[in-house]
This record gives sequence, structure tokens and C-alpha cells, in this order.
Amino acid sequence: MPELGRAALILCLGLSLYAAAAGALAARERRRRLALSAQNALVAAFASAAVAAGVLLAALLRHDFSFTYVADHTSRKLPALYTVSAFWGGQEGSLLLWLLVLTGYASAAVLLDRVAAREVIAWVVPTLGVVASFFALLLVAVASPFDTQAAPADGLGLNPSLQNPYMVAHPPLLYLGYVGLTVPFAFAMGALLSGRTDERWIVATRRWTLAAWTFLGIGQLLGAHWAYVEVGWGGYYAWDPVENAALMPWLAATAFLHSVMVQEKKGMMKVWNMLLVVMAFCLSIFGTFLTRSGIVNSIHSFTQGSIGPWFLGFICLVTAGSLGLVFRRLPLLRARTRLESPVSREATFLYNNLLLVALCLTILWGVCYPLLTQALRGESVTVGRPYYDFFLRVFGLPLLLLMGIGPLVAWRKASWRSLRRILGLPAALSLALGGLLIGLGAGSSIPGLVAYTFSAFVLATIVLEFARGTRARRAVAGGGYATAFVELVARNRRRYGGYVVHAAVVLLAVGVAGSSAYQSVYETRTKALMPGDSVSVGGYRYVYRGLSQRTEGNHQELRAAFDVYRGRSYLGRQEPGKNFYFAEQQTSSEMSISSSLLTGEDRDVILNGETRQGGVFVKILIKPLVNLIWLAGFVFVAGCVIALWPDAREERRLAERYERAGALARA
Amino acid sequence: METAALVLGGLLAVACVVFVSRPFLREPGLPAQADRLHEPDAAEQRRLSLAEECDRALAALKELEFDHRTGKVSDEDYQELVGPLRREAAAALRALGAAGQPGRGASLPGEPEGTWSAERPLPSSRSS
Repeated sequence: MPELGRAALILCLGLSLYAAAAGALAARERRRRLALSAQNALVAAFASAAVAAGVLLAALLRHDFSFTYVADHTSRKLPALYTVSAFWGGQEGSLLLWLLVLTGYASAAVLLDRVAAREVIAWVVPTLGVVASFFALLLVAVASPFDTQAAPADGLGLNPSLQNPYMVAHPPLLYLGYVGLTVPFAFAMGALLSGRTDERWIVATRRWTLAAWTFLGIGQLLGAHWAYVEVGWGGYYAWDPVENAALMPWLAATAFLHSVMVQEKKGMMKVWNMLLVVMAFCLSIFGTFLTRSGIVNSIHSFTQGSIGPWFLGFICLVTAGSLGLVFRRLPLLRARTRLESPVSREATFLYNNLLLVALCLTILWGVCYPLLTQALRGESVTVGRPYYDFFLRVFGLPLLLLMGIGPLVAWRKASWRSLRRILGLPAALSLALGGLLIGLGAGSSIPGLVAYTFSAFVLATIVLEFARGTRARRAVAGGGYATAFVELVARNRRRYGGYVVHAAVVLLAVGVAGSSAYQSVYETRTKALMPGDSVSVGGYRYVYRGLSQRTEGNHQELRAAFDVYRGRSYLGRQEPGKNFYFAEQQTSSEMSISSSLLTGEDRDVILNGETRQGGVFVKILIKPLVNLIWLAGFVFVAGCVIALWPDAREERRLAERYERAGALARA
Repeated sequence: METAALVLGGLLAVACVVFVSRPFLREPGLPAQADRLHEPDAAEQRRLSLAEECDRALAALKELEFDHRTGKVSDEDYQELVGPLRREAAAALRALGAAGQPGRGASLPGEPEGTWSAERPLPSSRSS
């Protein structure tokens, strides 16, 4: 039923345009029923997008190859799970997912927040309508997933790299993050357009921003794990433009989540917060542009389409429009208070923001550099890993240190004596650990050693924060330590959820430092390993036993068997290999990973090539602590859930505030 | 199949149009005066701004009390910071009261809720 899909998309476009035009007219002329009608149009646009998505999903599951999209991205032998994930495996499907998620977010945001921020919502609706119109227009006019053809006997199949369980979850989560950043952007624009730049837009978007940021974070971690197990080079982050495209809006949103606290507590940084929201949204559109346009060389660009100029035009329009609006409303965004001391909580948030934005812009420059050199000099020059690694150390290590210092510094100002007293214990502990690590030989990598020491410092401060807080709570409310601990977290979920997220970042830093600065690598270069040959790497001995082949479902597997020993102990067999996919006529590398839950270490073996005589060329990596990166993901989710969990006391306080002000009296 | 798609598409379109028109269908012929979006007047805007300031000042005081209790803020720093913060909070409460707030027992941190209002004298600074 491609006609139904097309009709649903055209309807979605019409409804989005209506939401934009009628919403703007209603907000301008203060017409209540028209404003409600525009809100309903957004909800109806979501229903239409859902129908279009349902049509595509049904076509995928029925292997209806008369849909060009289905024939281009699936085959009859493709497992059902990957047939579903083919929905977002191609450009048209992923744009439809964008539209579906966007209209879903838009409906939920206007329905849930329409009472709390009524004047702002009136302008939020047209903003969301404009963004939805853009994506609906792309799907209707430029990249329709409902193009048809004479049905071939079988489809072309799905790119083998995408036939991985992580690819089922990674793109939707990433899109939930990217698209989720539209909500704070729309509220920020709503506040500016309505001239209501009080805290209500921040209160209304607090959870949306945190949810989008959480999804974006988890999506990236899943993507990193996918790259690690599937791409077959033994790493998890390659500073690839498309990977960077997801990191940049996350960094901007991280900065916003911190600086917004300064606005809430002190009424400062209003302009900066607006700029960060605009930046995060524009970078999320830019990320989609990079992924989908094929304008940059990337291992993640699975499609090259004609949508690049459309995206570029939209990004320019949004950036110019929103910056112009911020500039126009500058008088409303002036702070009434000033930074009282460079040694205060708000100052540490400011430093944190500067570092995050500097890192974000540095990455943006690295991503754009090949495009600029291509445009200016006619040849594309890319910046390599050393560039990114250098700036990650320059900005990332101080950020890590600030994560420990910030929570211990009081608001307004802190005396040096107080600081010395409160930082003394964690500093001493981390320095002692640093000394111990030097003794154990970790001094071979200075950045690695610094990262470990700073991580220990941050972890100590987090533990101390929880311990002191629990003790103080117990002193006030009585009861046992466990009760006091639970009450402490429950009464300030954002703060203590944030600390748990900080602990996740520490785990991530330790995992990244351990697996990159202290990894051991062996690579066969000139003479292939023959059965019976052995190599030693990182204290392990690998004995090559031979090659084997077997056919599984839609592919043929080639595997090289290695027996692994530590000293005289036999640890097991690892079988790296390659899969050849029949329908797709493509080969994928299948790395063998052996993980130790106890030490967090991975032993990775990658089959780089084989000879007719049964010899193999392999790469073996011993990656200490790499599993802490994935563990960090679980801790990150736990922290975000704590911070996102509804707080009835806070809701009551806000309701009371607006009741007091009379803002709700006539709503 | 094509006919079924057209029928379904048509039904979807009609349902969407009805849903979008619903505000007009529910309240037909509404006079323009009753069809206005609520627009806060200057006094309401000021009260909102003052309420935010008031919340901010009270939250800052609570945070300071908590930081002092956890040992993050020393006695000397507490003594230095608490006075201006209390004055700010009291001024914000007083301004909110003057802006038309029905003086309903707001309280400063460290006191039972509802024991202090803008009409009462300002409590003196004290350490806890």
C-alpha cells in the first residue's frame, strides 16, 4: 500500500505546515481556539507519521519488493530482527524515523506542558511545526520511502555491518537524542518569540533536555560498542565525522545542563543558555546532515543522497533566525546578578562550560576542515587522530578535574581555607594512588597516569559527598544510615543523580585511558602464521590451530582457531573470522573478543587476511579495563533515571510558585 | 488494494481534519473576547519574576544551610554568607508581599514551615 504511505506523508506535511502557520497567527493575534487547533495539528501529524511508518514496516515484514526501499535494504533470507532494523538502515527510512520521533516528542511536549507555560507554548507549536514541515517535505519531495518499482525476485539485502544486534537499538536511541533536542530549542524560541524569558521555559524543558541527553549518551555508547565488535579494527571510537556528529550536540547539551543550574540558582547566563540550546539543536541537524548526505568520508555513511543542500539550507536558516532572535531579545536576557567570586560553584560551572564548548568547537573544526579545504583549495585535507587526541587531553583532563572540584565548592564564594580543608582528603588519596601507579609502571603514559589520578580524585569526592550528605541528613531526620541515604537522594534527585553520572564519566575515563594508553598490540605483517605457530602478546600466548568454514543462514563463515594460554594455563579458544553474505555480495570482519569480568580486560583477535595454504594474518589486542566503558553505560543510565525521576516536592513547589504569581489563575 | 489505500487515506484525512477543527466545533460562534489567549498583565509578570527571585533566594539559603551541615562551608564562611542571603530572601518575600501576594506563611530555612511571613520582622542571622 505505498499510496497510503504517500498520502499519510502528504497529510503529515499539510498538518505540520498548518501547525506552523496557524500556530504563528494564533500566537501573534492571541487567538485561543486557533492555538488549540494548531496544537491538535501537531498531534494529528504524529498520527499520520505513525501510519506512514506502519505502512513501511508492514512492507518490510511482508518482503514487498515492489517498494524500492524494501528491495534496496532487505532480502528474503535476512533475519526478521534485521528486517525490522532495515527501517532505519537507509536514508528514506531513517528520515521517516526522524519525523515520527519529532512529531511524537512535539505532541507529548505541547500536551504535557501546555498549562505550565501557556504563553510560551503558543510560540512553541509553530516552531515545532516548522521543523516537522522540513522533514515531512524532504520525505514527500526528495527522499520518499514509498517509491515503487516492478518487484524483483529478491532484494539486495542489508549492509552486513548493520546486521548486528546493536544496530537494532543504536540508531533509534541516537535519534531519540538528536530529535529530543528540538524540544528545548522550540521552548527557547517560544520564550524569545513571546518575550517571556522567565524560568518557565527552563522548567518545562528540564526533563526533555535530560531525556534527550540520556538517549544521545546511550546511543553513542551502543554505537561505540557496535564499532568495537563489528567494524573489526579493535577500537570503539575513531573520531570519525559521523561519530563526532553525535558527540558534538551531546557536549553542547552537557554544557547546557550545567549552566542552566546557574540560571536557576542565580538568574545568570541567560544569553549563554539560549546560545547553547541553539547550538545543540543546530549540531543535531548538522549531525543528521553529515550522516545522511555522504558529504564526508565515513565508515558510518551508508548512504549518499541528494538531501545535502536541503539540510545545509535549513541549518543556515535556523542558525541565522535563532541567533537573530537572541540578539533582538538581548535586553530581556540581561542578568541581574554578577559572578561574585572566581572561586564559587557558579564559576566552576562557567569553567566547565568553556571547556565543553571549546572541545565541541575543536571537534567541529576538525569535522569541517576537509569540507573547507575542499571548497577553498580543491583538495580535501582531513585532520587525524592526533589532532583530536591532543585536544581531548587539553580540554578533557581539566574537565575531569573540575568534575571533582565543582561539587565541593560553595555557591557565591568559597574561601581558600575552606577549599583546602575540603579538598585535602580526596587530593591526598588520589596523589597516593598516582604514586602507587607510578610504582606499578603506569608512568609509561603521562596522560594515562593523569587521567587515573584525576579519576581517583573525582571518585573520592563523590563518595565523600554521599557520605557527608547522609550524615547530615541523619543528624536532621534521625533514623538509620540507609534511610538517611535514601532520603538524601530522594530529596535532591538532580544533584545525586548527577553525581552518579559523574561516577559513570570516571569509569569511562578510566576505561578509555586503560584501553588506549596501556594496550598491547601484535600484528602479523610479512609472514603469515601457519597452523602450530604461536605468538606472545601482553603476557598471553596465542597458538594458531587452523581455518574452518561453515554456512549459516544468509552467510558463509570463515574462522581461524587460536588456543590461548597464560603461562601454562589454557584459557580457551578464540575464533576470529569473516562472514560472506550471499545476497549482499559483501564480507564483514568478525572479531573474536574474550572478556574478563574480574579485571575488565578484553583480548581481541582480528583476522586481517588468509593464504591459500591455510596461513593467516591477524591483529591481537590486549585492552586493559576496556569493559569499564560499557559498565559506565549502566551507571550512566542509573544516574539519569535518578535525576529524571519525578519529584513530587519539586512539582508542588513550582505549582505553588506559579499559583503565587497568579500565572495559572486564569489559564 | 489501491482502493483500500485510498479509503484508508481518506478516513485518516477526515479524522485529522475533525481533530484539528475540534476547538472550533466544541465552541462554535464564540465572541472574539472569549477567544483570547491569556495574556499576563504587567503586575502578573512582576509577581512571577518576584516569585522566581524569592524561590531562588530561599533555595540559596537552604543550600547554604545544607553545605554548612555537611562541612562543605566552614563556620566563618557561613557567617559571612548567611547574613546577605537572609536579607535577600527577606527582601524578596517582602517585595512579593507588596506586589499583591496574600502573606501566606512562607518560612526561612531553619524554621518550621509557615512560621515567617513578609509581615513579620526579619529574623536575625544565626549559625546552626
